[in-house]
Amino acid sequence: MSEPSTLIASEQAKTEWPLWEIFVRSKAGLDHKHCGSLHAADAKMAIQLARDVYTRRQEGSSIWAVPSQHIVASDPGDKDMYFDPMEDKVYRHPTFYTLPESVDHM
Amino acid sequence: MTASIQIQRTPDVQYLLRIGDTCLILGQRLAEWCGHGPALEEDIAVTNMALDLVGQARALLTHAGQLSVQKLDEDQLAFLRDERDFFNVTMVELPGGPKDSDHGDFAFTVLRNAMVATLLKLLWERLIESTDAEVAGIAGKAVKEARYHQQHAADWVVRLGDGTPESRRRMEAAVEKLWRYSEEWFEADAVDEHAHATGLGPRWADLREVWTSETNAILEDATLVAPPASPFRSTGKNGLHSEHMGHLLATMQSLQRTFPGGVW
Repeated sequence: MSEPSTLIASEQAKTEWPLWEIFVRSKAGLDHKHCGSLHAADAKMAIQLARDVYTRRQEGSSIWAVPSQHIVASDPGDKDMYFDPMEDKVYRHPTFYTLPESVDHM
Repeated sequence: MTASIQIQRTPDVQYLLRIGDTCLILGQRLAEWCGHGPALEEDIAVTNMALDLVGQARALLTHAGQLSVQKLDEDQLAFLRDERDFFNVTMVELPGGPKDSDHGDFAFTVLRNAMVATLLKLLWERLIESTDAEVAGIAGKAVKEARYHQQHAADWVVRLGDGTPESRRRMEAAVEKLWRYSEEWFEADAVDEHAHATGLGPRWADLREVWTSETNAILEDATLVAPPASPFRSTGKNGLHSEHMGHLLATMQSLQRTFPGGVW
């Protein structure tokens, strides 16, 4: 007999579509930005549904969809050692330079 | 109750209302899925489509109203006409929403969407060249929407037709139910001839061949087969509707008829 958790996972696979992360680019030249996630049976459906769910108000000119299971994330438990040490290292910010006006989106 | 309006059946107005009413009534049927879609994402997709169709209907009804003898507006045309003054094709009024499991289901809905979107896409593509600049403008915008509707619906037809035994059974039943209602679309008549002669728009009959080939390609991908041609002819295009149309209009028109002129 399967473990309860495996059973639930396999039942879910039968009834629920996989999760996708959706990235939308608002206009040419800008980055694709993460805007949310959705369920879809495959890549083609993910793109179509992303169009219908996340670009209804003309937010987009391009869509990326990535299976959520392929996103590798940092461990929230590592937050202190990963990110806090940077707090007092102001010299790493480019605030001591004057940026040319033609450099956008920094 | 606000008294109904009657329209004078000039060929131009009837030609435009055939398209506008087809958009309007299919939009109404699709709106019935709002909150009942098979998944949240598809629920939004179907509702988007309903809104696109209502938008197209508004543009065409507004323009047809300006061409009409009485100068009617879009709301009068949508909410105060009686059944026999609607000229949508019969297929779009057939029930098939989430609460009509006797009549249809999601398979029925996506097949109808694919069939109608293919027709509308072909119409809009030709209407871009209409001698009526207003119609050409509406078509230029609508054709982009119709292309997406066709792609989205066709994908579903393929998924369900070439899916599980249950989805296939439902898809086959939908083909059986719906196919004969497409016969009406391509019957030549005086309204069509007039539009062709004046350059208002194409004869629907001229679209039969390309519609059949595009739709058969979708069915083929879905491993489904179109039924043989049927002698059955529905007559919605001429204002003679199925028994379902009265119920649909009662729902769609009740608010405007109870509170005449009511606005948001």
